[in-house]
Amino acid sequence: MGRVSPALTAAGVRDWLQRFATAVDTHASDLTDLDRPIGDSDHGVNLQRGMHAVLAALDAAEPATPGAALVKAGSTLVSTVGGASGPLLGTLLRRTGKALGDAESADGPAFAAALRAGLDAVVALGGAHVGDATLVDALAPAVEALEAGGSAQEAADAAARGAASTDELVARKGRASYLGERGIGQRDPGAASIALLIAALTEDAS
Amino acid sequence: MHVPTKLLDDPADAVTDALRGLAAVHPELTVDLEHHVVSRNHDHSGDHRPGKVGLVSGGGSGHEPLHAGFVGLGMLDAAACGAVFTSPVPDQVLAATTAASSGGGVVHVVKNYTGDVLNFQMAAELADDEDIAVETVLVDDDVAVTDSLYTAGRRGTGGTLFVEKVLGAAAEEGMALAELAALGRDVVSRSRSFGVALSPCTTPGSDRPGFDLEPGEMELGIGIHGEPGRRRVPVPATGVAREVARTSVAAIADDMPLDGEELLLLVNGMGGTPLLELQVLAGDVVTELTARGARIGRALVGNHVTSLEMAGSMVSVCRATPQLLQLWDAPVRTPALRWGA
Repeated sequence: MGRVSPALTAAGVRDWLQRFATAVDTHASDLTDLDRPIGDSDHGVNLQRGMHAVLAALDAAEPATPGAALVKAGSTLVSTVGGASGPLLGTLLRRTGKALGDAESADGPAFAAALRAGLDAVVALGGAHVGDATLVDALAPAVEALEAGGSAQEAADAAARGAASTDELVARKGRASYLGERGIGQRDPGAASIALLIAALTEDAS
Repeated sequence: MHVPTKLLDDPADAVTDALRGLAAVHPELTVDLEHHVVSRNHDHSGDHRPGKVGLVSGGGSGHEPLHAGFVGLGMLDAAACGAVFTSPVPDQVLAATTAASSGGGVVHVVKNYTGDVLNFQMAAELADDEDIAVETVLVDDDVAVTDSLYTAGRRGTGGTLFVEKVLGAAAEEGMALAELAALGRDVVSRSRSFGVALSPCTTPGSDRPGFDLEPGEMELGIGIHGEPGRRRVPVPATGVAREVARTSVAAIADDMPLDGEELLLLVNGMGGTPLLELQVLAGDVVTELTARGARIGRALVGNHVTSLEMAGSMVSVCRATPQLLQLWDAPVRTPALRWGA
């Protein structure tokens, strides 16, 4: 099980997001099905389009640092995905990247701190907190696991548990909030995709 | 084998092809096929007014004629068209904002859906970087969402049309940015809507409807994508329009006083309900409203804020003032709304 530390490099970010893109391809119809009960049915397709654009942008720009790579990836997601997922996921990556600054590489603590900055930006933008049945429910426990010195696998497990916890929650943000109690039993699609993103930190993820 | 039931060439290009068609028949519009932005072609219409506040709206496609069909004299300056049921990205909204800007600032008319709010907010920041002053009018007229402390808040639905028409007229008259935004917020505060779905809709390229509704069921309190609202009930054996009118008007009246009010009324179809049925509904809605002591100042009946081919209706009202009636009556010349010009 790969640790994030030491040294997440620009190439490491490329590999991480490549694994995430592959996972999104694999699970696109599952993500879309999660999105279907709230009348939208396009989360998987939108994210697929965004991640293909991210990989193309990284190949074209060849960013030198992990921070620059994440900023590029985040901006590309904002510009291609639309809906709420584009701004939220894009802001997560962009602000995580900005927090890494110009460093050549990021060790475990530096990455955990940067991902915390990304989480904070997502909360500021979307206004959701843990328990609202959004992507924050998957992201926050992953950040906490990394801050506690956990491995990428431990963060992935925490994110997966967080995503699963949205099954039993009444959504308070986003379009799912209109379902009210009828949303119980529904996993939040954003939380599910964040769980894939964090799982992709582990090198054996696919 | 998949048997097409939609009149498309390639489902993946539905929005682009629709905009290409719009451009082909409306030379008075400029269609930016890269950004999916529709704006007024002042070279064609000769109505460029430096300093006029620009009016921009947009959102997911699939709600036609909203918003691109409302671009033109007396209404919007530009519309950003997202993918079907997906809000446009900030770059698209910025392109629309730039196209609409002629020095007096720009008002964004945004429906209260999380994706629309976030993308317009980011676009407003980008516009600020380019020294275009932007004010946002958030439309949240849908009374079906009651516990808004625990949701993303009331959705923006049919009342959007009132805002776009009234602000469009006021902008033509030269109203300044802050005043226009304040007027928009006042129109929102006076507007309420309630929607009912009798059948779901299917997005282009999808092989399943966006939600399931059994024959004999109707969904009360929908948003403009058919998202659930208050509850699902059996369709009555007779008097369906009367029942929908009664439920819709009661939901609105529970939320806003109607007695003694003169109203702008929109009896809107969701795309799959013919005008004949909407006129039946309109008669029943007027009966319900007048029984509650309201007067119909102006009324509009038709498919204006739709959800693809969904069957159903949305009743929207706005408590009028003499100023609002005058702005409603002002000339408008757009693909979907046209009078007095």
